[in-house]
Amino acid sequence: MNLILRPVAAEFSKILTTRMWWILALVLFGYIALLAGGLAALFGGLDSGAISPDAMNTGGGSAGLSGLGSVPPLIYSFAASVGYVFPVLLGALATTGEFRHQTLTPTFLATPKRGRVLGAKTIALFVVGAALGVVGLAASVGIGALVLGGFGVDPLLADGETWALIGRTVLAMALWAVVGVGLGVLVPSQVASIVIVLAFTQFVEPLLRFAAAFTQVTADIGKFLPGAASDALVGASFYTLASPGGAMLESWQGGLVLLTYGLLATGFGYLTSWKRDVT
Amino acid sequence: MPIGAVIEFTNITKRFGQTTAVNDLSFTVEPGRVTGFLGPNGAGKTTTLRMLLGLVAPTSGTATFGGLRYRDLTRPLHTVGAALEAASFHPGRTAAHHLGVYTTAAGLPRTRVAEVLHTVGLADHATQRVGGYSLGMRQRLGLAYSLLGDPGVLVLDEPINGLDPEGIKWIRGFLSSMAAEGRTVLVSSHLLSEVQQSVDDVIIIAKGELVHSGPLSSLDTNIAPQVIVDSPDRDALAAALTNAGLAFTSGRTGLIVAVPDPGRVGHIAFTAGVELNVLHRQKAGLEDSFLALVEGGDSL
Ligand SMILES: Nc1ncnc2c1ncn2[C@@H]1O[C@H](COP(=O)(O)OP(=O)(O)OP(=O)(O)O)[C@@H](O)[C@H]1O
Ligand SMILES: [Mg+2]
Repeated sequence: MNLILRPVAAEFSKILTTRMWWILALVLFGYIALLAGGLAALFGGLDSGAISPDAMNTGGGSAGLSGLGSVPPLIYSFAASVGYVFPVLLGALATTGEFRHQTLTPTFLATPKRGRVLGAKTIALFVVGAALGVVGLAASVGIGALVLGGFGVDPLLADGETWALIGRTVLAMALWAVVGVGLGVLVPSQVASIVIVLAFTQFVEPLLRFAAAFTQVTADIGKFLPGAASDALVGASFYTLASPGGAMLESWQGGLVLLTYGLLATGFGYLTSWKRDVT
Repeated sequence: MPIGAVIEFTNITKRFGQTTAVNDLSFTVEPGRVTGFLGPNGAGKTTTLRMLLGLVAPTSGTATFGGLRYRDLTRPLHTVGAALEAASFHPGRTAAHHLGVYTTAAGLPRTRVAEVLHTVGLADHATQRVGGYSLGMRQRLGLAYSLLGDPGVLVLDEPINGLDPEGIKWIRGFLSSMAAEGRTVLVSSHLLSEVQQSVDDVIIIAKGELVHSGPLSSLDTNIAPQVIVDSPDRDALAAALTNAGLAFTSGRTGLIVAVPDPGRVGHIAFTAGVELNVLHRQKAGLEDSFLALVEGGDSL
């Protein structure tokens, strides 16, 4: 048992003894708090009449907002649907940093079974990703519910479904960190890895998902994109609102697809870079 | 008291694509002695040590500690302590945290961190980020890592690089005391003079191949006195020596002729009508023996 617990503990200590984790956690919190708070204020304002719906050119009256029941979960889902880039980055940095700073040498000297090290890293990042999920939720649910409540909108915190969504969000963020580890070991160059994360999450995938929604065939493929799978797992996001009736995986399927991405990348990365000579 | 294991290389070879970095190398390193692993830049020292430590996969052959490959050691840091030349630190981590990570991985007591930092003289810099360390301090931190498990075998790649004179003096004494305790100590260097004062045995490689192994004293007798000779017309001199049937090599200061008698070389030059500007007998020092060995490649 010690054989895997020790490397896992070492991986935790690697993350906690550098600054990256709390910098990312801080930025994640600020970013999500801003978005969730802003959107909660917008919807809350509309609902309470503080903002005139006509000003929004929605064409409908306040009655049109009776469907506000879907708003709190939408706002809460920001933690993952927007925040997922943070655990991916942390996971990718955790692996690429080992290559970049040549710390694979002391690491493999202390734990010569390399697969064990990669497994330990995956487990540690899963947990740290979940912790980032909690941070993101503290922002999206904490700030979001506070603002909604301030406008007299029910933040649905007594609703069991809200708490199920919170749980699924934590799981999604944990899985994203695992995807990050996989990417980092597949693309050991730190710069390349970061560029891929940012370009893919902020630009390529949103575009693909938007384009995929146009025909049934592409939509059936598009729902397997990692971001779409994550949204399916969490169960609410603005993409789903933007394309109602769009193809969606079941929640559990979404989680499985995301996990598969992470494990596939990690597996291939293990063969292509992790097992190579450390010179 | 940790007892050193015998390090054994058996027909180990490493090719990187077209380059053969290490070619069919076999030698053993005994406990209780400091063994110098010597060779010029690019000779294959680092590659050999990395194969020993399981970091580089040999193309063929094996390297073992008491018969076990590194990856098969049950408690690797207890058995072998290694410091390799490249700086392997996250610059944002403090020295104590850096060591702490691997102490955790190896299941060693946390108290070892402070102990090894004290041993290498970094106790005052324990909480400083390694990014701000000087070359010599990094070298010491690498050594501290190797000592974490109080290992019976020490494998150090160019440990003297970057150390100040005081540090060099200290590490020489330290290595000798480790060997005196019965540990196996293998230290690489590209300069014999750097380790000459502390090594008992030498393993010399050049171009990936073994050229000499044995006690340090074997270098003394390995090369007989020789004659250094040079001429403004070196080609003519070389031709004259060849005609006379004398073997020679090109050295820094002239041709090195493998005969003890300068008179004989002078006579050959005189009869061939070659002008000389250098002619003297040289009792080869250890460093010269070393240079002759590595320049001669695998001819010895
Ligand atoms: N990763 C690699 N890819 C290709 N060639 C390599 C690699 N690592 C080492 N080599 C080659 O192998 C040979 C031996 O290199 P090595 O680093 O083992 O030498 P060394 O004896 O440690 O030299 P130095 O004294 O400079 O440290 C060199 O020709 C080097 O170019
Ligand atoms: Mg080297």
